[in-house]
Amino acid sequence: MSGRAPPFLATAWLIARKDLTIEFRTRSAFFSALVFALLAVAVFRFSWDPTAVAAIDLAPGVLWVIFTFSGLLGLHRSFGVEEADRAMDGLLAAPIGREALFAGKAAANLVFVGAVQLVTIPAVSLFYDLPLVDGLPALAMIAALATVGLVAVGTLFSAMTANTRLAELLLPMLALPFFVPIVVPAAQATARVLAGRPLAEVAAWLKLLAAFDIVFVTACTLVFPYTLEE
Amino acid sequence: MTAVAANPDTALPTTPAPAAIEAEGLVRAFGPRRAVDGVSVAVAAGECLALFGPNGAGKTTLLRMLAGLLRPTRGAARVGGVSLRDAPAVRARVGLISHHSLLYAALTARENVAFAARLYDVPDPDAAALAALERMRVADRADTPVRRLSRGLQQRVSIARAMVHAPDVVLLDEPFTGLDEVGARALTDAIGDLKAHGAALVLVTHNLVEGLALGTHLGVMVGGHLVRLAARGDVDGATFAAEYRALVAG
Repeated sequence: MSGRAPPFLATAWLIARKDLTIEFRTRSAFFSALVFALLAVAVFRFSWDPTAVAAIDLAPGVLWVIFTFSGLLGLHRSFGVEEADRAMDGLLAAPIGREALFAGKAAANLVFVGAVQLVTIPAVSLFYDLPLVDGLPALAMIAALATVGLVAVGTLFSAMTANTRLAELLLPMLALPFFVPIVVPAAQATARVLAGRPLAEVAAWLKLLAAFDIVFVTACTLVFPYTLEE
Repeated sequence: MTAVAANPDTALPTTPAPAAIEAEGLVRAFGPRRAVDGVSVAVAAGECLALFGPNGAGKTTLLRMLAGLLRPTRGAARVGGVSLRDAPAVRARVGLISHHSLLYAALTARENVAFAARLYDVPDPDAAALAALERMRVADRADTPVRRLSRGLQQRVSIARAMVHAPDVVLLDEPFTGLDEVGARALTDAIGDLKAHGAALVLVTHNLVEGLALGTHLGVMVGGHLVRLAARGDVDGATFAAEYRALVAG
Protein backbone atom coordinates (compact mmCIF):
# COMPACT_ATOMS: atom_id res chain seq x y z
CA MET A 1 0.00 0.00 0.00
CA SER A 2 2.53 2.63 1.22
CA GLY A 3 1.49 6.13 2.18
CA ARG A 4 1.31 9.46 0.48
CA ALA A 5 1.66 13.05 1.57
CA PRO A 6 -1.52 14.57 3.00
CA PRO A 7 -2.47 18.06 1.75
CA PHE A 8 -0.77 21.11 3.28
CA LEU A 9 -3.66 22.33 5.43
CA ALA A 10 -4.54 18.82 6.61
CA THR A 11 -0.93 18.30 7.69
CA ALA A 12 -0.73 21.64 9.46
CA TRP A 13 -3.98 20.95 11.28
CA LEU A 14 -2.80 17.46 12.23
CA ILE A 15 0.43 18.80 13.74
CA ALA A 16 -1.29 21.68 15.53
CA ARG A 17 -3.99 19.41 16.95
CA LYS A 18 -1.40 16.92 18.17
CA ASP A 19 0.66 19.66 19.87
CA LEU A 20 -2.40 21.20 21.50
CA THR A 21 -3.66 17.80 22.68
CA ILE A 22 -0.30 17.10 24.32
CA GLU A 23 -0.23 20.56 25.91
CA PHE A 24 -3.84 20.22 27.08
CA ARG A 25 -2.98 16.91 28.77
CA THR A 26 0.31 17.94 30.33
CA ARG A 27 -0.39 21.67 30.77
CA SER A 28 3.24 22.00 31.77
CA ALA A 29 4.29 24.77 29.40
CA PHE A 30 1.02 26.70 29.67
CA PHE A 31 1.10 26.80 33.45
CA SER A 32 4.80 27.66 33.48
CA ALA A 33 4.20 30.56 31.10
CA LEU A 34 1.09 31.67 32.96
CA VAL A 35 2.72 31.59 36.39
CA PHE A 36 5.71 33.45 34.98
CA ALA A 37 3.43 36.07 33.40
CA LEU A 38 1.38 36.64 36.56
CA LEU A 39 4.46 36.75 38.79
CA ALA A 40 6.08 39.26 36.44
CA VAL A 41 2.96 41.43 36.52
CA ALA A 42 3.06 41.34 40.33
CA VAL A 43 6.81 42.05 40.54
CA PHE A 44 6.52 45.00 38.15
CA ARG A 45 3.53 46.26 40.10
CA PHE A 46 5.21 46.17 43.49
CA SER A 47 8.46 47.66 42.24
CA TRP A 48 6.58 50.52 40.56
CA ASP A 49 6.51 54.00 42.05
CA PRO A 50 3.22 55.54 40.82
CA THR A 51 4.41 59.01 41.76
CA ALA A 52 7.37 58.76 39.39
CA VAL A 53 5.84 57.03 36.34
CA ALA A 54 2.19 56.97 35.31
CA ALA A 55 0.60 53.55 34.91
CA ILE A 56 -0.33 54.38 31.35
CA ASP A 57 3.34 54.96 30.51
CA LEU A 58 4.59 51.83 32.24
CA ALA A 59 1.93 49.27 31.33
CA PRO A 60 2.67 48.90 27.58
CA GLY A 61 6.31 48.06 28.27
CA VAL A 62 5.37 45.68 31.07
CA LEU A 63 2.81 43.97 28.87
CA TRP A 64 5.19 43.36 25.96
CA VAL A 65 8.14 42.33 28.09
CA ILE A 66 5.89 39.73 29.71
CA PHE A 67 4.41 38.58 26.38
CA THR A 68 7.88 38.20 24.93
CA PHE A 69 9.40 36.16 27.73
CA SER A 70 6.35 34.05 28.57
CA GLY A 71 6.01 33.33 24.86
CA LEU A 72 9.60 32.08 24.78
CA LEU A 73 8.74 29.50 27.44
CA GLY A 74 6.05 28.03 25.21
CA LEU A 75 8.10 28.30 22.06
CA HIS A 76 10.91 26.35 23.65
CA ARG A 77 8.46 23.54 24.39
CA SER A 78 7.25 23.47 20.80
CA PHE A 79 10.13 21.37 19.49
CA GLY A 80 11.27 20.17 22.90
CA VAL A 81 8.28 17.81 22.90
CA GLU A 82 9.63 16.25 19.68
CA GLU A 83 13.05 15.53 21.14
CA ALA A 84 11.92 13.02 23.77
CA ASP A 85 12.12 9.54 22.24
CA ARG A 86 13.15 11.20 18.97
CA ALA A 87 9.52 11.76 17.91
CA MET A 88 10.95 14.33 15.51
CA ASP A 89 12.43 11.47 13.46
CA GLY A 90 8.92 10.06 13.14
CA LEU A 91 7.71 13.37 11.73
CA LEU A 92 10.69 13.79 9.42
CA ALA A 93 10.39 10.22 8.14
CA ALA A 94 6.80 10.92 7.04
CA PRO A 95 6.11 12.30 3.55
CA ILE A 96 4.71 15.57 4.91
CA GLY A 97 5.92 18.93 3.63
CA ARG A 98 8.33 20.75 5.93
CA GLU A 99 6.43 24.00 5.34
CA ALA A 100 3.23 22.34 6.55
CA LEU A 101 5.08 21.11 9.63
CA PHE A 102 6.16 24.69 10.32
CA ALA A 103 2.63 25.99 9.78
CA GLY A 104 1.21 23.42 12.21
CA LYS A 105 3.80 24.13 14.87
CA ALA A 106 3.30 27.89 14.47
CA ALA A 107 -0.49 27.55 14.66
CA ALA A 108 -0.24 25.61 17.93
CA ASN A 109 2.19 28.21 19.30
CA LEU A 110 -0.20 30.97 18.27
CA VAL A 111 -2.97 29.39 20.33
CA PHE A 112 -0.60 28.87 23.25
CA VAL A 113 0.73 32.46 23.29
CA GLY A 114 -2.77 33.83 22.70
CA ALA A 115 -4.10 31.88 25.69
CA VAL A 116 -1.39 33.33 27.94
CA GLN A 117 -2.21 36.83 26.65
CA LEU A 118 -5.91 36.31 27.35
CA VAL A 119 -5.10 35.99 31.05
CA THR A 120 -2.24 38.49 31.20
CA ILE A 121 -4.06 41.48 29.67
CA PRO A 122 -6.85 41.53 32.30
CA ALA A 123 -4.22 40.97 35.01
CA VAL A 124 -2.25 44.03 33.88
CA SER A 125 -5.48 46.01 33.68
CA LEU A 126 -6.32 44.99 37.23
CA PHE A 127 -2.90 45.57 38.77
CA TYR A 128 -2.38 48.95 37.08
CA ASP A 129 -6.00 50.03 37.35
CA LEU A 130 -6.31 50.61 33.63
CA PRO A 131 -9.80 50.64 32.10
CA LEU A 132 -9.50 48.41 29.04
CA VAL A 133 -13.08 48.03 27.88
CA ASP A 134 -13.00 50.80 25.26
CA GLY A 135 -9.59 49.93 23.91
CA LEU A 136 -10.01 46.18 24.03
CA PRO A 137 -10.76 45.56 20.30
CA ALA A 138 -7.76 47.68 19.27
CA LEU A 139 -5.54 46.01 21.87
CA ALA A 140 -6.67 42.59 20.66
CA MET A 141 -5.78 43.57 17.11
CA ILE A 142 -2.29 44.75 18.16
CA ALA A 143 -1.73 41.60 20.19
CA ALA A 144 -2.88 39.36 17.33
CA LEU A 145 -0.68 41.08 14.74
CA ALA A 146 2.38 41.12 16.98
CA THR A 147 1.90 37.54 18.10
CA VAL A 148 1.92 36.26 14.51
CA GLY A 149 5.39 37.73 13.97
CA LEU A 150 6.72 36.63 17.37
CA VAL A 151 5.47 33.10 16.87
CA ALA A 152 6.89 32.80 13.33
CA VAL A 153 10.37 33.83 14.49
CA GLY A 154 10.14 31.86 17.73
CA THR A 155 9.00 28.67 16.01
CA LEU A 156 11.90 28.85 13.58
CA PHE A 157 14.51 29.35 16.29
CA SER A 158 12.88 26.74 18.51
CA ALA A 159 13.42 24.20 15.70
CA MET A 160 17.03 25.32 15.28
CA THR A 161 17.89 25.09 18.96
CA ALA A 162 15.76 22.15 20.13
CA ASN A 163 18.43 19.48 19.86
CA THR A 164 21.25 21.61 21.22
CA ARG A 165 22.49 21.28 24.78
CA LEU A 166 21.97 25.01 25.46
CA ALA A 167 18.50 25.31 23.94
CA GLU A 168 17.10 27.32 26.87
CA LEU A 169 19.87 29.89 26.45
CA LEU A 170 20.20 29.86 22.68
CA LEU A 171 16.52 30.35 21.89
CA PRO A 172 16.21 33.77 23.60
CA MET A 173 19.67 34.83 22.41
CA LEU A 174 18.77 34.14 18.79
CA ALA A 175 15.11 35.15 18.84
CA LEU A 176 15.14 38.34 20.92
CA PRO A 177 16.98 40.53 18.36
CA PHE A 178 14.38 39.51 15.78
CA PHE A 179 11.56 40.25 18.24
CA VAL A 180 12.62 43.92 18.51
CA PRO A 181 11.02 45.10 15.21
CA ILE A 182 7.74 43.56 16.39
CA VAL A 183 7.79 44.54 20.05
CA VAL A 184 8.65 48.21 19.42
CA PRO A 185 5.62 49.01 17.19
CA ALA A 186 3.41 46.78 19.35
CA ALA A 187 4.40 48.68 22.53
CA GLN A 188 4.02 52.05 20.78
CA ALA A 189 0.56 51.15 19.50
CA THR A 190 -0.45 49.74 22.89
CA ALA A 191 0.62 52.97 24.64
CA ARG A 192 -1.59 55.03 22.35
CA VAL A 193 -4.57 52.70 22.76
CA LEU A 194 -4.22 52.73 26.55
CA ALA A 195 -4.02 56.54 26.42
CA GLY A 196 -7.41 56.53 24.70
CA ARG A 197 -6.11 57.80 21.37
CA PRO A 198 -8.25 57.08 18.27
CA LEU A 199 -7.54 53.97 16.22
CA ALA A 200 -6.47 56.09 13.25
CA GLU A 201 -3.50 57.24 15.30
CA VAL A 202 -2.17 53.69 15.62
CA ALA A 203 -2.92 52.70 12.04
CA ALA A 204 0.68 53.32 10.95
CA TRP A 205 1.99 51.05 13.71
CA LEU A 206 -0.52 48.36 12.76
CA LYS A 207 0.57 48.55 9.12
CA LEU A 208 4.19 48.22 10.24
CA LEU A 209 3.30 45.17 12.32
CA ALA A 210 1.43 43.63 9.38
CA ALA A 211 4.43 44.27 7.12
CA PHE A 212 6.79 42.58 9.58
CA ASP A 213 4.35 39.69 9.87
CA ILE A 214 4.41 39.14 6.12
CA VAL A 215 8.20 39.33 6.01
CA PHE A 216 8.79 37.07 9.02
CA VAL A 217 6.13 34.48 8.16
CA THR A 218 7.38 34.21 4.58
CA ALA A 219 11.07 34.15 5.48
CA CYS A 220 10.65 31.69 8.35
CA THR A 221 8.49 29.32 6.28
CA LEU A 222 11.10 29.31 3.51
CA VAL A 223 14.08 28.90 5.84
CA PHE A 224 12.50 26.30 8.14
CA PRO A 225 13.16 23.20 5.96
CA TYR A 226 16.90 23.98 6.01
CA THR A 227 16.97 24.05 9.81
CA LEU A 228 15.98 20.37 9.78
CA GLU A 229 18.94 19.26 7.68
CA GLU A 230 21.62 17.34 9.55
CA MET B 1 17.02 -9.82 -4.43
CA THR B 2 20.32 -8.54 -5.55
CA ALA B 3 22.99 -7.41 -3.22
CA VAL B 4 26.07 -5.69 -4.50
CA ALA B 5 28.95 -4.63 -2.34
CA ALA B 6 31.39 -1.85 -3.15
CA ASN B 7 34.18 -4.39 -2.97
CA PRO B 8 34.04 -6.57 -6.12
CA ASP B 9 35.19 -9.57 -4.09
CA THR B 10 31.99 -9.41 -2.08
CA ALA B 11 29.64 -8.78 -5.01
CA LEU B 12 26.82 -11.24 -5.49
CA PRO B 13 25.55 -12.36 -8.86
CA THR B 14 22.64 -10.26 -9.98
CA THR B 15 19.15 -11.67 -10.42
CA PRO B 16 16.35 -10.33 -12.63
CA ALA B 17 14.11 -9.38 -9.66
CA PRO B 18 13.64 -5.58 -9.54
CA ALA B 19 15.38 -4.09 -6.50
CA ALA B 20 13.25 -2.20 -3.99
CA ILE B 21 16.41 -0.59 -2.61
CA GLU B 22 19.28 0.26 -4.91
CA ALA B 23 22.19 2.27 -3.59
CA GLU B 24 25.25 3.13 -5.62
CA GLY B 25 28.36 4.56 -4.02
CA LEU B 26 26.57 6.22 -1.12
CA VAL B 27 28.78 8.51 0.92
CA ARG B 28 27.81 10.57 3.94
CA ALA B 29 30.38 12.81 5.52
CA PHE B 30 30.08 14.75 8.76
CA GLY B 31 32.85 17.30 8.42
CA PRO B 32 36.03 15.46 7.51
CA ARG B 33 34.72 12.12 8.78
CA ARG B 34 32.95 9.76 6.38
CA ALA B 35 30.32 7.86 8.36
CA VAL B 36 29.32 5.94 5.22
CA ASP B 37 31.92 5.58 2.52
CA GLY B 38 30.97 4.29 -0.89
CA VAL B 39 28.31 1.75 -0.03
CA SER B 40 26.53 0.06 -2.92
CA VAL B 41 23.76 -2.37 -2.14
CA ALA B 42 20.54 -3.66 -3.64
CA VAL B 43 17.67 -5.38 -1.88
CA ALA B 44 14.78 -6.84 -3.82
CA ALA B 45 11.15 -7.08 -2.75
CA GLY B 46 10.47 -9.85 -0.27
CA GLU B 47 14.03 -10.01 1.01
CA CYS B 48 15.77 -8.89 4.14
CA LEU B 49 19.33 -7.65 4.38
CA ALA B 50 20.65 -8.15 7.90
CA LEU B 51 23.38 -5.60 8.48
CA PHE B 52 25.90 -6.17 11.24
CA GLY B 53 28.73 -4.03 12.46
CA PRO B 54 30.29 -2.48 15.55
CA ASN B 55 29.18 0.87 16.97
CA GLY B 56 30.08 3.74 14.65
CA ALA B 57 30.29 1.50 11.59
CA GLY B 58 27.80 3.69 9.70
CA LYS B 59 24.81 1.33 9.76
CA THR B 60 22.35 3.85 11.23
CA THR B 61 23.63 6.62 8.95
CA LEU B 62 23.05 4.36 5.94
CA LEU B 63 19.54 3.60 7.18
CA ARG B 64 18.79 7.30 7.71
CA MET B 65 19.88 8.05 4.16
CA LEU B 66 17.67 5.29 2.78
CA ALA B 67 14.78 6.64 4.88
CA GLY B 68 15.16 10.07 3.28
CA LEU B 69 16.19 11.63 6.60
CA LEU B 70 19.77 12.37 5.59
CA ARG B 71 20.97 13.70 2.27
CA PRO B 72 23.89 11.68 0.88
CA THR B 73 27.09 13.65 0.38
CA ARG B 74 27.74 11.59 -2.76
CA GLY B 75 26.21 8.67 -4.56
CA ALA B 76 22.67 7.83 -5.55
CA ALA B 77 19.93 5.53 -4.40
CA ARG B 78 16.46 4.48 -5.37
CA VAL B 79 14.04 3.31 -2.72
CA GLY B 80 10.76 1.74 -3.80
CA GLY B 81 11.62 2.78 -7.34
CA VAL B 82 12.00 6.45 -6.39
CA SER B 83 15.23 8.43 -6.36
CA LEU B 84 16.39 9.73 -2.98
CA ARG B 85 16.32 13.18 -4.58
CA ASP B 86 12.51 12.96 -4.35
CA ALA B 87 12.69 12.53 -0.58
CA PRO B 88 8.94 12.91 0.21
CA ALA B 89 8.05 10.16 -2.27
CA VAL B 90 10.76 7.93 -0.76
CA ARG B 91 9.50 8.60 2.76
CA ALA B 92 5.96 7.62 1.73
CA ARG B 93 7.23 4.13 0.83
CA VAL B 94 9.40 3.57 3.89
CA GLY B 95 8.64 2.42 7.41
CA LEU B 96 11.33 3.28 9.94
CA ILE B 97 11.76 1.37 13.18
CA SER B 98 14.37 2.73 15.53
CA HIS B 99 15.61 1.80 18.97
CA HIS B 100 14.04 5.12 19.97
CA SER B 101 10.27 4.77 20.20
CA LEU B 102 9.44 7.92 18.12
CA LEU B 103 6.26 8.12 20.22
CA TYR B 104 4.61 10.90 22.22
CA ALA B 105 4.41 9.89 25.87
CA ALA B 106 1.26 11.95 26.57
CA LEU B 107 -0.74 10.33 23.77
CA THR B 108 -2.25 6.85 23.94
CA ALA B 109 -0.93 3.99 21.85
CA ARG B 110 -3.92 4.28 19.52
CA GLU B 111 -3.52 8.06 19.17
CA ASN B 112 0.17 7.71 18.36
CA VAL B 113 -0.41 5.11 15.66
CA ALA B 114 -3.47 6.92 14.24
CA PHE B 115 -1.44 10.15 14.14
CA ALA B 116 1.21 8.33 12.10
CA ALA B 117 -1.49 6.89 9.82
CA ARG B 118 -2.76 10.41 9.15
CA LEU B 119 0.77 11.62 8.38
CA TYR B 120 0.79 9.02 5.58
CA ASP B 121 -2.80 9.84 4.54
CA VAL B 122 -3.92 6.28 5.25
CA PRO B 123 -7.68 5.84 4.65
CA ASP B 124 -9.61 5.21 7.89
CA PRO B 125 -6.60 5.91 10.14
CA ASP B 126 -8.30 4.80 13.37
CA ALA B 127 -9.14 1.36 12.00
CA ALA B 128 -5.65 1.06 10.48
CA ALA B 129 -4.12 1.99 13.81
CA LEU B 130 -6.11 -0.62 15.68
CA ALA B 131 -5.23 -3.27 13.10
CA ALA B 132 -1.53 -2.42 13.40
CA LEU B 133 -1.72 -2.62 17.20
CA GLU B 134 -3.50 -5.97 16.98
CA ARG B 135 -0.77 -7.25 14.70
CA MET B 136 1.81 -6.34 17.32
CA ARG B 137 -0.37 -7.92 20.05
CA VAL B 138 -0.75 -4.72 21.99
CA ALA B 139 -4.33 -3.77 21.05
CA ASP B 140 -5.49 -4.44 24.62
CA ARG B 141 -3.40 -1.42 25.71
CA ALA B 142 -4.56 0.78 22.82
CA ASP B 143 -6.06 3.42 25.09
CA THR B 144 -3.22 3.56 27.59
CA PRO B 145 -0.96 6.63 27.45
CA VAL B 146 2.42 5.58 26.13
CA ARG B 147 4.20 6.90 29.25
CA ARG B 148 2.42 4.19 31.27
CA LEU B 149 3.59 1.36 29.01
CA SER B 150 6.73 -0.67 29.67
CA ARG B 151 9.71 -0.21 27.35
CA GLY B 152 8.87 -3.43 25.56
CA LEU B 153 5.24 -2.46 24.97
CA GLN B 154 6.34 0.98 23.80
CA GLN B 155 8.60 -0.71 21.27
CA ARG B 156 5.69 -2.81 20.02
CA VAL B 157 3.56 0.34 19.61
CA SER B 158 6.49 1.94 17.83
CA ILE B 159 6.64 -0.98 15.39
CA ALA B 160 2.88 -0.73 14.81
CA ARG B 161 3.42 2.97 14.12
CA ALA B 162 6.06 2.23 11.49
CA MET B 163 3.95 -0.38 9.73
CA VAL B 164 0.56 1.33 9.79
CA HIS B 165 0.89 2.54 6.18
CA ALA B 166 1.99 -0.91 4.90
CA PRO B 167 5.34 0.32 3.60
CA ASP B 168 7.12 -1.27 0.62
CA VAL B 169 10.45 -0.85 2.36
CA VAL B 170 11.03 -1.30 6.09
CA LEU B 171 14.22 -0.10 7.74
CA LEU B 172 14.79 -1.56 11.19
CA ASP B 173 17.46 -0.17 13.47
CA GLU B 174 17.98 -2.50 16.45
CA PRO B 175 14.24 -3.23 16.61
CA PHE B 176 14.52 -6.00 19.21
CA THR B 177 15.93 -3.65 21.83
CA GLY B 178 13.74 -3.82 24.93
CA LEU B 179 11.33 -6.45 23.58
CA ASP B 180 10.26 -9.35 25.75
CA GLU B 181 9.63 -12.82 24.31
CA VAL B 182 6.06 -12.03 23.19
CA GLY B 183 7.13 -8.76 21.62
CA ALA B 184 10.10 -10.37 19.89
CA ARG B 185 7.84 -13.11 18.51
CA ALA B 186 5.31 -10.54 17.30
CA LEU B 187 8.08 -8.61 15.57
CA THR B 188 9.54 -11.76 14.02
CA ASP B 189 6.07 -12.69 12.72
CA ALA B 190 5.56 -9.16 11.41
CA ILE B 191 8.91 -9.28 9.60
CA GLY B 192 7.91 -12.65 8.10
CA ASP B 193 4.57 -11.20 6.97
CA LEU B 194 6.28 -8.18 5.45
CA LYS B 195 8.66 -10.39 3.48
CA ALA B 196 5.77 -12.60 2.37
CA HIS B 197 3.88 -9.51 1.17
CA GLY B 198 6.85 -8.36 -0.87
CA ALA B 199 8.34 -5.68 1.34
CA ALA B 200 12.10 -5.18 1.22
CA LEU B 201 13.77 -4.96 4.62
CA VAL B 202 17.07 -3.77 5.98
CA LEU B 203 17.66 -4.95 9.53
CA VAL B 204 20.48 -3.35 11.48
CA THR B 205 21.44 -5.41 14.49
CA HIS B 206 24.30 -6.37 16.77
CA ASN B 207 22.61 -9.68 17.46
CA LEU B 208 24.00 -12.35 15.13
CA VAL B 209 21.35 -14.91 16.09
CA GLU B 210 18.45 -12.60 15.12
CA GLY B 211 20.17 -11.39 11.97
CA LEU B 212 21.05 -14.89 10.80
CA ALA B 213 17.49 -16.08 11.47
CA LEU B 214 15.75 -13.22 9.68
CA GLY B 215 18.15 -12.12 6.95
CA THR B 216 17.96 -13.49 3.44
CA HIS B 217 21.24 -11.66 2.91
CA LEU B 218 23.91 -10.75 5.39
CA GLY B 219 26.15 -7.70 5.35
CA VAL B 220 28.92 -6.41 7.58
CA MET B 221 29.84 -2.74 7.84
CA VAL B 222 33.08 -1.57 9.38
CA GLY B 223 34.35 2.01 9.33
CA GLY B 224 31.69 3.18 6.89
CA HIS B 225 32.48 0.44 4.36
CA LEU B 226 30.38 -2.58 3.47
CA VAL B 227 33.12 -5.16 3.84
CA ARG B 228 31.16 -8.39 3.51
CA LEU B 229 27.96 -9.27 1.75
CA ALA B 230 26.54 -12.74 1.19
CA ALA B 231 23.28 -14.55 0.53
CA ARG B 232 22.14 -16.32 3.68
CA GLY B 233 21.86 -19.62 1.81
CA ASP B 234 25.48 -19.42 0.78
CA VAL B 235 26.95 -19.17 4.24
CA ASP B 236 27.05 -21.32 7.30
CA GLY B 237 25.93 -19.41 10.42
CA ALA B 238 28.88 -20.46 12.57
CA THR B 239 31.39 -19.64 9.83
CA PHE B 240 29.79 -16.25 9.22
CA ALA B 241 29.84 -15.50 12.95
CA ALA B 242 33.57 -16.31 13.09
CA GLU B 243 34.22 -14.18 9.99
CA TYR B 244 32.24 -11.33 11.48
CA ARG B 245 34.22 -11.38 14.71
CA ALA B 246 37.45 -11.38 12.73
CA LEU B 247 36.30 -8.45 10.58
CA VAL B 248 35.21 -6.41 13.60
CA ALA B 249 38.42 -7.20 15.44
CA GLY B 250 40.22 -5.66 12.48
